[in-house]
Amino acid sequence: MEKSEHKGVFVFVEQRKGIIQNVSLELIGKARDLANPLNDKVYAILLGNKITDKAQTLIAHGADVVVCADTPELADYLTEPYTQAICHIANEYKPSILMLGATTIGRDLGPRVSARLGTGLTADCTKLEISEEKEFLMTRPAFGGNLMATIVCKEHRPQMSTVRTGVMQKLPADKSRKGEVIDIKIPFNRDKFRVKLLDSVKEKGEMVDISEAKILISCGRGMGNEEGIKIIEDLADTLDAQVSASRAVVDAGLFSQDRQVGQTGKTVRPNLYFAVGISGAIQHLAGMEESDFIVAINKDKGAPIFQVADLGIVGDARQIVKQLNERLKG
Amino acid sequence: MNIVVCIKQVPDTTEIKINPKTGTLIREGVPSIINPDDKAGIELALSLKDDYNAHVTVITMGPPQAEDILREAYAMGVDRAILLTDRKFAGADTLATSQALAGALRKLEFDLLITGRQAIDGDTAQVGPQIAEHLDLPQVSYLEHLAFDGKNTFTVKRRIEDGYELHQVDGPCVVTVLSGAYVPRYMSVRGIVEAFSKDVEVWGFEQIEVDETNLGLKGSPTRVHKAFSRGVKAPGQMYEVDATEAAGIIMSKLKEKFII
Repeated sequence: MEKSEHKGVFVFVEQRKGIIQNVSLELIGKARDLANPLNDKVYAILLGNKITDKAQTLIAHGADVVVCADTPELADYLTEPYTQAICHIANEYKPSILMLGATTIGRDLGPRVSARLGTGLTADCTKLEISEEKEFLMTRPAFGGNLMATIVCKEHRPQMSTVRTGVMQKLPADKSRKGEVIDIKIPFNRDKFRVKLLDSVKEKGEMVDISEAKILISCGRGMGNEEGIKIIEDLADTLDAQVSASRAVVDAGLFSQDRQVGQTGKTVRPNLYFAVGISGAIQHLAGMEESDFIVAINKDKGAPIFQVADLGIVGDARQIVKQLNERLKG
Repeated sequence: MNIVVCIKQVPDTTEIKINPKTGTLIREGVPSIINPDDKAGIELALSLKDDYNAHVTVITMGPPQAEDILREAYAMGVDRAILLTDRKFAGADTLATSQALAGALRKLEFDLLITGRQAIDGDTAQVGPQIAEHLDLPQVSYLEHLAFDGKNTFTVKRRIEDGYELHQVDGPCVVTVLSGAYVPRYMSVRGIVEAFSKDVEVWGFEQIEVDETNLGLKGSPTRVHKAFSRGVKAPGQMYEVDATEAAGIIMSKLKEKFII
């Protein structure tokens, strides 16, 4: 492998039913950050069917070049056709860096591509940067968020990483931005298409994975009745957040166990964690203290939750959340 | 039908505490467990054993003490257990780990290969798909339910962000299972007693045909540049104000953090 032949910061653009996913625009924003010190270009890989018209959106958000494979085989995400497409493009263009969203698509595709290309992949990065020595540094949490590790991929290319939705910032769209769109044909090996998509069903609310949520509104004993839950759910709707809960309200039967945060529930690290009426038993704190930004609202000034909160509000949680929700909607 | 389940011994990360003064991890006394997603995978395999008389093999790669989780799997009801252990495998990242496991799996016959979606100590979700690639097998990840037609076809319910997908695939294939998908059965008393008399096969570098340069630290494209704990958190801001003002403070903070 001749490392110097590998150039360009590439982003795999995720589309679902033709809609570009936010995580990809966020990654293009990050790619711009990385490309500048490297004096390199940002490439967006756009795969789908009847999708070419979306290329301008990617350019507006920071891509210099869009490599687009527009073909019926790529209409819906399936591991093998997408892996073949990405690997073909990687072999043609020799990327230095390749980033994917850490979604159910990117976390299925990324490892498959990395194994086919024989290169490294770092999952769920929370920080990506170029060192003074021009090294790509990928930082990620491990041990349930208890430890951070910075990973490098020195001798292999592309240097691959996945990033969760909401971790990076997308750039505001600049419609006047100019870029190049390249149409590419993928020489598919259809013998390897061995998985058939029978159906795709959209649901909301059922069996949530709170550990994947970007924003969590967490309900504690202080909000634990029907009226309180309604207030929490309203705020969650407004912020497009998931509702999680403390052990006390799960044990009381007000929430299902899959929403429980803490030692016996799930470890979460969303961008924003709202602890509403939660005092913060140590078991609860263990499950959420690594959240990026914690807002705690509790009537008891001495509640341990305030020790980990970035913003603590002492007061009537119901009134505060109601007012906040009204202002957010207004 | 032959099923192989890949499992991993992990520290129970929910039991890891942080030293509040230094911000470092306290690992002493943290119990080792079967990774939760993998344990659901064992249950899926055993349910196919119950219904279709499948033969279930579990394999783990790790240090010698990883034998403990193979005994536990025996007690749950699996038929065969393999411990893949060798100093040559040490320091492996996900790619090198998947190479070693794929090497061992080439020596086994199976219709269905099950792995957990991800392990709680690393959360990468990479080893399952990487094994599938080395073995040139189709994969379906994020499995929430599996239906088997009794012949060779599997219908997999794959959980995604806003719903689910149904995929159809013939064996041999690889699936990666979510911990919520199957509730693991308890070990039976007889199972526990018998587990200690059963044979755990120990395989090493000699048993698999994988080039040494693809294994362990040598075979790992990624390296840890540095590791650090997040440290002790600086105290945040506290306000004791009326509801209207409180809502205003929260609003401006969320804007400042680009959350809204």
